[in-house]
Amino acid sequence: MGRYIFTRLLQGLVTVWFIATATFLAMHAVPGNPLSGNKALTPEIQRNLEAKYGLDKPVSEQYLIYMGNLARGDLGISFTQKNRQVNDIIREHFPVSATLGIIAVVFAALGGILFGALTALYRNKWPDTVIMLLVIVSISVPSFVIAAFAQLALVRINDALGFALLPVAGWGTVSHMIVPSLVLGLGTMAYLTRLMRSSMLEIVNSDYIRTANAKGLPASRIFTGHQLRNAILPVVTVLGPAIAAITTGGFVVELVFAIPGLGRFFVQAVQQLDYTVIMGTTVFFGAFLVLMVIIVDLLYGFIDPRVRVN
Amino acid sequence: MSSPETGQGGNAPKAERSPLRRRWLRTPGQQLAVLGVGSVVAIGLIMALLSWASGGTGAAAGVDAATGAITLVLDTEPPQMNSSISSDAISARVLGHLMEGLTRQDAQGALVPGVAERWEITEKGATFWLRADARWSDGKPVTAHDFVFAWRNTVNPQSASEYANIMFGIRNAQDISSGKLPITALGATAVSDRELRIEFAQPVPYFARLMAFTVFYPIREDFYRSTQGRYASSANTLLYNGAYRMDIWTHGAQIRMVKNQQYWNRDIIKINVIDFAYFTSDNNTIINLFRDGKIAMAEIGQENIEQAQLQGWNINSFSEGALFYVEFNHRPGRITANKNFRKAIQYTLDSSEEVNQVIKIPGYLPGKSLFPVWLDGVEGKFRTEYPVREVTPDLEKARYHLELARKELGLERFPPIMLLTGDTPVSTRVSEYYQETLKQSLGLEIRIDVQIFKQRLAKMLAGEFDMVMAGWSADYADPLTFGDMFHSSNVQNRGRYKNPELDRQIDIARSSLNVKERMDAFGRIQDIIVEDVVILPEYERGRLYVVDPALTGMERRVTGFDPDFTYARIVEK
Repeated sequence: MGRYIFTRLLQGLVTVWFIATATFLAMHAVPGNPLSGNKALTPEIQRNLEAKYGLDKPVSEQYLIYMGNLARGDLGISFTQKNRQVNDIIREHFPVSATLGIIAVVFAALGGILFGALTALYRNKWPDTVIMLLVIVSISVPSFVIAAFAQLALVRINDALGFALLPVAGWGTVSHMIVPSLVLGLGTMAYLTRLMRSSMLEIVNSDYIRTANAKGLPASRIFTGHQLRNAILPVVTVLGPAIAAITTGGFVVELVFAIPGLGRFFVQAVQQLDYTVIMGTTVFFGAFLVLMVIIVDLLYGFIDPRVRVN
Repeated sequence: MSSPETGQGGNAPKAERSPLRRRWLRTPGQQLAVLGVGSVVAIGLIMALLSWASGGTGAAAGVDAATGAITLVLDTEPPQMNSSISSDAISARVLGHLMEGLTRQDAQGALVPGVAERWEITEKGATFWLRADARWSDGKPVTAHDFVFAWRNTVNPQSASEYANIMFGIRNAQDISSGKLPITALGATAVSDRELRIEFAQPVPYFARLMAFTVFYPIREDFYRSTQGRYASSANTLLYNGAYRMDIWTHGAQIRMVKNQQYWNRDIIKINVIDFAYFTSDNNTIINLFRDGKIAMAEIGQENIEQAQLQGWNINSFSEGALFYVEFNHRPGRITANKNFRKAIQYTLDSSEEVNQVIKIPGYLPGKSLFPVWLDGVEGKFRTEYPVREVTPDLEKARYHLELARKELGLERFPPIMLLTGDTPVSTRVSEYYQETLKQSLGLEIRIDVQIFKQRLAKMLAGEFDMVMAGWSADYADPLTFGDMFHSSNVQNRGRYKNPELDRQIDIARSSLNVKERMDAFGRIQDIIVEDVVILPEYERGRLYVVDPALTGMERRVTGFDPDFTYARIVEK
């Protein structure tokens, strides 16, 4: 087991190194000067800026310097947030993204499992039809549209009630979290609902359910004890990447709801060619994703004894 | 959520349970309902736990008359709050309320004393006398040394300030910036704590106006050193000498400013708290926050104009004083280097039609001149004293010049013209309008090259365009901020336009202390730009915004920080 974890972590490290290198090369291949602003720079200012950020050196040397700093855990200073270490940006803003992400994932997972089970239970009856219709809508409509609609709906509701039921934007209290996390988790929930439904339906026809029925186990016992528990397995598999995707992919929701998360920095950095923030966030998110996949693979063994590693 | 059931069989224990519970959980549907309720409770608990662990942003009303507080949106986290190297509008907006330069703008935009109580400007230099009651937020006096320290930092090559060149009028500034001289050689000296003397490299007639600009704010050396390289990275690594001081700065989430009780002119400050409680640039979010009464003022994006009108709000428009124009590539070998070709396009395109029929956003003005309408001339407005020659569209003349250009260039027919443009909705629409008009009227084929901001800049600098849609906003309130753009030595001159006569007029405008002589030079510059079709002015951009009726006295500014809340107050609705 220890050896297995060690191998997986080593593989993960190589993956992260690969991500870092690919990002570094792609970033430098993009046309545009990361140091240019609205105003053109005089030659001496341009030179001073390049020297400050180490861009006056050849790309190969910049790469070695960057990798050296990365190995020491120093991600450098942002090009656009000029007084801030990228480490500080990640430390201050990732917890917000993570909080939003965790709530969204919990919401997506519980919702997905429950709705999936519900649709399977009432297959081809009205709850199934209604929920599956909503699922298709939620999967197809992109989150920025849903976010904008949700916010507009909130304004309308607050308007109609005459007091603020839930805040339109901002961050910090439970009331701030409800709508953004619902919006963020919706797509994943819809996906998990479908997965859960098909997984439940597959199990209904399996031998052990028939056996359980034959030995006279009550329907409720079969449902939770056997059907639900087995059907959850595929859901858990996709949950790892889903956690990473939700936690790292919340930039639209963060922008719309004015939430101080890391996703916004990630996207803005690319637009502004902020080299250090692009590298820092990409490597960080990459490492996070890799770690999540490893953790889920290990957890999988605990839930399903059949795939437990030797 | 899965049952604790581990075993086989299990009929027997079930029978022992209470009848009530057995009935409740009899069907899977009922079980699901229980699980559902459990999930909602679980999510609620998790949220409560996480919110308890994280700090919150403001939930106050946009205008709170009881506490004298206003809440606002900021587009993004301010990128650089160190005034001596700051170069962006967002930081300037925040810093403008926290700091004060030697001079400042009053409510009408006129130049008034700030930290300096009086000054004197000659051809050789300038002297500023500081007021005795100007204080830092820790109570110590603001001295001439604080200005010298800040300015030296700006021209220091190691600070790599993007605005260092705005100081190049001061003696030795340029040589210090290129590393040839030490920073102590800067021609700015503190004669005493209250007297600051500046030597010029060349005359700077508008120097007093420059003093209201962000990079010229003071920084106190002992405080700067005490922050150990972390100056301006948080609320307590900044020292304030302006109308407000910052009491909360949560990165990416909130900046709260409260009235600075040490400010010498504190009696005019009526708003006690300015709270930037939301950081977002999403136009829909901003308008929704305003609808919900959470913010005191909102800029209205193009997509929300209709909605704002439906709400019955009083929509204000403001011409931000920036000029947008088509710049031609004058590099030898380019078709656009041919004057007749440029004239043909000048006679075809109509900036009034562009603004009224294509852009259709209130507040935009058709561009006619290099100099926007707000600039001052000798006594009145520059554009009234020196009216620009307007070119009315004339298809016959356009075709005549195009034919001349074709012969001069020895072309059978014109190859496609590259029009470099940005990715905003307005520039996309305008470039399609150009494409269509030039195709129909002149039979020219225009290829539109849409690029994001930084890549467009890179292509402009490299000269990879025939025509490019560019823009310029004023650094200071003097026609020179626009007038010197097409000087052959200006890095901003991306079309590489060269004209000795234009250069000569710019040199006069740069160095003369005689107002009339300078304005005459700007008048000549304005003529050359039109006659030689150096650029084609498109429009002066306008902005729409709404303000809570309970807030009054907020000033919009063409130069300096905008909007300015220094003179604002809260009134009864």
